[in-house]
Order: sequence, then C-alpha cells, then structure tokens
Amino acid sequence: MLDNVVDSDALKASSVTIRTIFRRLRRTPVIPVFLLSLVVFAGVFAPWVAPDNPRKGDLRARMAPPVWVESGTVEHMLGTDHLGRDVLTRVIYGAKISLIVAAVTLSIGGTVGVVLGLMAGWYGGWIDEIIMRLVDIALAVPLVLVALVMVVSIGKDFPDWLGGQTGLIVLVLASWIWVRFARIVRGEVLQIKNMDYVALAKVAGASTPRILAFHIFPGVINTLIVVATLQVGWVILVESTLSFLGAGVPPPTPAWGSMVADGRDYLAGAWWISTMPGVAILLTVISLNLFGDWLRDKLDPRLRQLAAD
Amino acid sequence: MQRFLLRRLALTVVTLLLVSLLIFLMARISGDPSTLLIDDYASAKTLEDLRISLGLDKSYTEQYWIFLKNAVRGDFGQSIVQKRSVGSLITERLVATFQLGLAAFLFSIFVGVPLGVFSAIKRDSLMDQLGKLVALIGQSAPPFWIGIMLMFFFAVRLGWVPPSGRQEATSIILPAVTLGWFFVAANLRLVRSAMLDVLDSEYIKLARAKGVPRPKIIWKHAFRNALIPPLTFAGITLGSLITGSLVAETVFAWPGLGQLAYLAVRDSDYPLLQGVVITFAVFYLASNLLVDVLYAYVDPRIRFG
Repeated sequence: MLDNVVDSDALKASSVTIRTIFRRLRRTPVIPVFLLSLVVFAGVFAPWVAPDNPRKGDLRARMAPPVWVESGTVEHMLGTDHLGRDVLTRVIYGAKISLIVAAVTLSIGGTVGVVLGLMAGWYGGWIDEIIMRLVDIALAVPLVLVALVMVVSIGKDFPDWLGGQTGLIVLVLASWIWVRFARIVRGEVLQIKNMDYVALAKVAGASTPRILAFHIFPGVINTLIVVATLQVGWVILVESTLSFLGAGVPPPTPAWGSMVADGRDYLAGAWWISTMPGVAILLTVISLNLFGDWLRDKLDPRLRQLAAD
Repeated sequence: MQRFLLRRLALTVVTLLLVSLLIFLMARISGDPSTLLIDDYASAKTLEDLRISLGLDKSYTEQYWIFLKNAVRGDFGQSIVQKRSVGSLITERLVATFQLGLAAFLFSIFVGVPLGVFSAIKRDSLMDQLGKLVALIGQSAPPFWIGIMLMFFFAVRLGWVPPSGRQEATSIILPAVTLGWFFVAANLRLVRSAMLDVLDSEYIKLARAKGVPRPKIIWKHAFRNALIPPLTFAGITLGSLITGSLVAETVFAWPGLGQLAYLAVRDSDYPLLQGVVITFAVFYLASNLLVDVLYAYVDPRIRFG
C-alpha cells in the first residue's frame, strides 16, 4: 500500500483495483461458485444441454463404460446404466429435479417460517408460545420416518396437480424446514423491535403489517439468505436419501438418489451407475456448504453462533 | 428442575401421540385396509365380516384408542407380505440394530476424537487439512453413497470383507463405518474447536510457564476439558444413529430394524411399517429426552433458562 503513495493517481487507481480484485478472488470460493453455476445451468437448461433422452434406453448399449475407461465411447461420456440410458443425461436431469424440490421446499418452508417467526417475535405472549411449541414438536419428530409413512400410505394417491409423490415429499420437507427460519427470524425480531426507528414508525401511525413488512423484514433478509443457502444442501441430501430408499421422487423420473440405488446391483460390472450421481450430490452439497459459510462470514458473522446449535 | 422435566416429558408424550395419530390417520386416508387383505371377487358378506373382525366398523376415535392400547402392548398386527406378527418381526431384529449402532458409536468416538485432538495441536498442518477434508465430506456426502462406494472398494474389488449380510464377524465393519462416518466428522469438529479454545486458556499458559511437559499438558490438562462437548453430543448421536441405521442397513442388507423399514416401504406393507416407525420413534424420542435431562443436570443454565 505504501508504495502506491508515490505512484501517479491513474496508476494508483488501476493497481488498487487489480489488487482488490485479486484479493477478492482469493477469498471468494471460486470453485464452489463455478460448480454451483454449472449445476444450476444444467438443471435449468436440461432439455437443451443433455445429450440424450433421460427415459429412453438403448438395451444394446447397456452398461457401456465412461469415456476414459477402455471401450468407452464419446457418445456416452459417463457411460450408460442397466437399461442402456445415458448416465450423463440422467445426472443432468437429476440436477433439475433436485433444484426444483429444493426451490419449492425452501419457498414454502421459508415463507411460512418467516411469517410465523415475525409473528412470534412481534406479538409475543400466547402467539409466541403456540408457535414455539410447534417448533419444539417439529424438531422432535423423526423426519425421515414420517416421510416414509406418508409416502407409503398416500404417496400414490397424492393429486397430480400438487406434483404427485414428489409434491408430497416437498410438503413433508417444508413442514419441517420452516422451523429453521422461524427460530432465527424470531430471534432477530426480538432484537430489532425495540429499536428507535421501529418506535418512530409506530408513532407515525404505520400499521402492524406495514411495520413488519417494511421495517422489520428488511433487517432479517441477510440472515435469511444465509440460512436458506445452508439449508439447500440439507434438502438435497434428505430428498436423495428418500429417493434412494424408494420413498422419494418416483421412477422413472431421474433423481440422483434413485439412480444410486439403481446401480447398487451392478457394482461389480458397472460401478459408474452408482458412482456418478453420488459424485454430483457430493460436489453440489460441498459447494453449497462452502458457499454458505462464505456468505455467512460476509453477510452475517453473528450467525456463526446461531448456526452452531 | 422439576418444571423443566415435566415440560420435556410433556413434549415427548405429545410428539409421540402426534406421530401415532399421523400413522393412524394415514392408514385410514389411504383407503379401507380390508380391501388390501381380500381379493376383488369376495362377496359383500365376506368383506363385512372381515371389517367387523378387524374392528373397522367402530368409530374412528374408538379405533384410535384400540390402536394406541395395542401399540403400548407391542401389538401392531400382522405383516401383509411376511404373514407374521409385526411384534415378533421387530423383536427378533432389535439385537442386530443395537449391535450396529454400538459399533458405529464406538467407531465415531475412537476415530473422531483423536483426529480432532491432532488437528487442534498441529493446527494448519497437513493433518489439520486432512481433518478438515474428512469433516467436510462427512457433512456433505450422502451416507448411502458412501456405503456403496465402501462396498465397491473393500468388498467387490478387494474382497476383504463380505459385501452384505451378517454371517461373518467382519460383516459389521462396512455398515458401522457408513453409519458412523457423519459422527466422526461431527466429533472431529467439536473436539478440534474445544481443544483450540482450551489450549488458548490461561491455565494452560500457566502450566506451560511452569514447565509442565507438552504431552502432559495436552492429554491431562486440555484433553479432559475438551471432552465435554463431544460427550454431550454423544447423546444426540444415539438418537440419530437409530434413523441413520435405515440407510446403512438397507445398503448392506444388515438384518435389523432399518432394513425392515426399507422392506416395508418396498412392499407397501403398512402394518409392518407402522410398527417399525413407532418403535424407532419411541427410541428416538426417549434418547432425546434422556439427553435433555442429562444436559439440564450437568448445566444449570438450561434448567433455569
């Protein structure tokens, strides 16, 4: 920094920018962000990016190895599965399903959680009491077991316009995940609601919904972004676990978890069927965790404490 | 203290009742169970007789009450596919699940804790980096996939251990590692940060200034205090190990409760599934209750907070 002082203004400006960019780049999790963009891109543009049809297999080309293995072909970069379906194509479509499930779950769970958290923190009293007891119960319920019960009993009859069995999974996950949002939002509201600017808004005659929406809510947005990012990975893990157990996204829809399950019986002859979708889950969730940690440090260092519990 | 205990107990009972109510309601929503037990060509009379013998002609509240009474006695009816009483299917598999849970628990302690200590005392070393990697993967990798990869390398490729089942003594290794992996990562992180905190404290500095040898400082002074967080975490682990056994047992065909739940899902065997889920839920909630009580006993701030 010191030698910049002697530089001319123009030079100083340019060198500072280059340096700051460099420094930022070093701290930003480049690889996770890149991988996440890749997953999102693949998921959103799956029909255009994927080299093949995810549901149509070519039985003559079944269990073809990935391209870098002997007798692998460029046609099937990551090989084919036991029905001759292209693994890369299915991994790409799997990204789509994972993203949809995560996005819808977090939208529903997040909205419910934020609204209930705002109410609990703002009103206090018996409203707070009821909401917090609901939180306790939701946390005490063994989620995966409940999901199994729901899927086996009503999964097949769940209406199509609600997304069928996948929609049911989303609802179960959302009915659990709102808790994470509610607790943190409530805590934030308790801190913010006694601040002077909130009192001022009250004196100025703002209605309660208006205060909550325009004065309290903006104060919790940073926290929300961080919580949501860290929860995406969790939703993807639970959804894939359920799909693996046969109680998640129903076949033939290509979901990462059920693809791993498909390959289980063919490990000796075709290890790639199980391996590839698992690698996709691992990389996506690792990237989400690293990116979330970085966001947390950037946006809301206090959360380190909250997230620990 | 008493108030706290009562509150926790009430929460546990309410949750258990809600889970049982959910299971009961789901069975009724999904359609008349008697149609599942009888073929399509049976007469209306046979169907009616069956409904009466199953108690389906009674009101829902009465049915729920009977369901609860039977559940308390461990009577969950007959498995549809296996044609045996669900209660006996569950009891004969309990031992296998407990065995696996214990093995995974020991694995997570005896691997996770030393790793945590070493990565704390050799901070930023290769060891520490390695520890961080283990923790990150433990947090992010789906357990079912870890299990399959372990099976592929150590059973299929190397042939060191059997790929599945419970016939040989070595059969337990892979499922236990699969189940314990996440908790190795958790213990590692907990012990590492606790060790770093303790090593930074005044009394360690004093011990160092007094000239106490380094191994003694680490193992006698610091390690003991750093053990508190993983020990409290151990309780939480117990509850999660139970649900985690679902995945590990399914991957390795370990004949325990988790695999039974998987089979019930695969065969849509609802009576079996409800029995297993209620058994799991009882263990899960009981161990969580136990942990909270122990916590409160150890840490007065929770009792009165």
